[in-house]
Amino acid sequence: MSALLDSLATGFGDVAGADAARRAALDEALRDGLPQARSEAWKYTPLRALERRSFAPAAIAPAAFDPALLAGIPSPRMVFVNGRFDPGNSDLSTLPPTARLLTLPQALADPDPRAANFMQRRYARGDEVFARLNAALASDGAVLRLADNARLAQPLHLVFVGVPAAGGDIAWHLRHLVELRRGAEATVVEHHLGGGDHANLGNTLVHVHLAAGALLRHLRRQGESPRATLVARTDAVLARDAQYHRLDLEFGASLSRHELNVRLEGEGAMLVANGVQLGRGRRHVDTRLGIEHIAGNTACDLTWRGIAAGRSRTVFHGGITIRPGADGSDASLSNKNLLLSDQAEVDSQPVLEIHADEVKAAHGATVGQLDPTAMFYLRSRGLPEADAQRLLTVAFCREALGVVDDDAVRAMLSGLLDDALLALEDDA
Amino acid sequence: MLKIDNLHVRINGRDILKGLSLDVKPGEVHAIMGPNGAGKSTLGNVLAGRDGYEVTAGSVLLDGRDLLARAPEQRAADGVFLAFQYPVEIPGVNNTYFLRSALNAQRKARGEPELDSMQFLKRVREKLAVLHLDDRLLQRGVNEGFSGGEKKRNEIFQLAVLEPRLAILDETDSGLDIDALKSVADGVNALRSPERAFLVITHYQRLLDYIRPDVVHVLADGRIAESGGPELALELEAHGYAWLKDRVAPAAVAP
Repeated sequence: MSALLDSLATGFGDVAGADAARRAALDEALRDGLPQARSEAWKYTPLRALERRSFAPAAIAPAAFDPALLAGIPSPRMVFVNGRFDPGNSDLSTLPPTARLLTLPQALADPDPRAANFMQRRYARGDEVFARLNAALASDGAVLRLADNARLAQPLHLVFVGVPAAGGDIAWHLRHLVELRRGAEATVVEHHLGGGDHANLGNTLVHVHLAAGALLRHLRRQGESPRATLVARTDAVLARDAQYHRLDLEFGASLSRHELNVRLEGEGAMLVANGVQLGRGRRHVDTRLGIEHIAGNTACDLTWRGIAAGRSRTVFHGGITIRPGADGSDASLSNKNLLLSDQAEVDSQPVLEIHADEVKAAHGATVGQLDPTAMFYLRSRGLPEADAQRLLTVAFCREALGVVDDDAVRAMLSGLLDDALLALEDDA
Repeated sequence: MLKIDNLHVRINGRDILKGLSLDVKPGEVHAIMGPNGAGKSTLGNVLAGRDGYEVTAGSVLLDGRDLLARAPEQRAADGVFLAFQYPVEIPGVNNTYFLRSALNAQRKARGEPELDSMQFLKRVREKLAVLHLDDRLLQRGVNEGFSGGEKKRNEIFQLAVLEPRLAILDETDSGLDIDALKSVADGVNALRSPERAFLVITHYQRLLDYIRPDVVHVLADGRIAESGGPELALELEAHGYAWLKDRVAPAAVAP
């Protein structure tokens, strides 16, 4: 038995409305333990160090933090601090009435059992330990539902702030739902921010349900404190002609693992999922994509860029499965990595499984250094070496930002990218 | 201004320049001609500070200072500019942003005040007018998707904006049709001034019809085999480099 699981299990008593199903999820997690080195899904992200740590359950009341962190994040915004909804710092006044946004406890308290039906999901595999823990322990979250053809004019910002807790490192578990009915359209931006030096563990599970013709733009900006651990999983299901556009910026935390599982279940469904993984210091960044083409004429377009500096390790697994019958599908995956230090490590693993006919599939993964000819060109014009390196690194990453079509949002993310790469020079 | 003395350069263990000497004064235009493999591009790259070139003997002074000890960006701030034979495409780096950063980095290194975006834009507009360059190119990535002629004109545009004291043009005429060639030459001529020297490296005499050099040097087998006025270029055009090889063979094999 691990210190980690024992400590997390003590939080079960605090979970409001814990039922037999939740108890079962916890028991399964405790029974199977943490994935070991032989687990394929965790091969490049050893959990031995995490296994020995213990975390206290998060306090019931949201912790205080410096509200300056929220500068530049407009309404509508929903703020969670150390895993607890913080109504004082949230502002949902600009949310239109066609959008129904609840906290997880509100959804669970709803007399209509369908309000929290996503909580019924079970996790069969032993290596889905964090999803099981989340199923057992999640006590808060955002539940967003958009009616048929409803449109969110303004992006909804979900802000997650991690702050130091008085009694030592804490663990929190959040579970969210974004459900867009037929033809609905929305932009959701996740901000994961560090509000001080802490080494907390955050465990997030997001369900995305897109009905026919719905469009979700989903941006996730991960800039947690340098000692934080984040484990996130997003499970998305797309019906006919639904579109899911997504960008992940992995800039922070000590250990950050994100699993993105997308099922393209309806004809013509399309996923565009881009991302930037920024490894610096001793950071470990692991992204695992599991894309399944289930219906015909579905498409995915995945553009990921990785930077590995210092003694960091970036792990990228791009799994694409084209199921039998998903004829006419189009899958494209590009993962390019820049290795900026000989003590850093990049593990890139594109895995394409094709069981259908008439399929277009392309994938490429590279690990390289900055182009010396381009470096010389920039320096010969007067740019100091560090500036030339940063300019080329930003350009290398910028391609991934192409998925963002809102100018204001792209400008904000572009600025964050510049800042994150500027910080890279502190390591050099 | 530029004084090269007995320069020996080696690449990958092969000797390319074997005792090249050259003296360039402010305001002068020197043409460096020579057959393929004579070491013309090596000269340009060594002066600009490219990696991979080993200087085994000789010296290069710019205004009395050891140029070879300086980093590429320091040389740029000292006033050296190399127009590349093959300008590099850098997608994702905006042309204008890059040029302004470069200019301000140079100015900072020289202790001059940086230009704000208004001042910079004013300078860009002035130079664009001289070069007949489409200003839409400036909004693109550096040389991204540019035609061969556009790339070369962009080099001259950078030259115009950065205002170096020593401009080295490495086969700027290669791959250009006659209209593009004239336009590049017009740009260069507009930039000639008593303070600025040019080193025009070319394989063909053609460019020198439009950029009149003060001195023509013939580079053969790693050193200057012959120097003369503009008429030397015409002789080369008439007789080819083979003629020259016969003429200078004794000197070229001397130790």
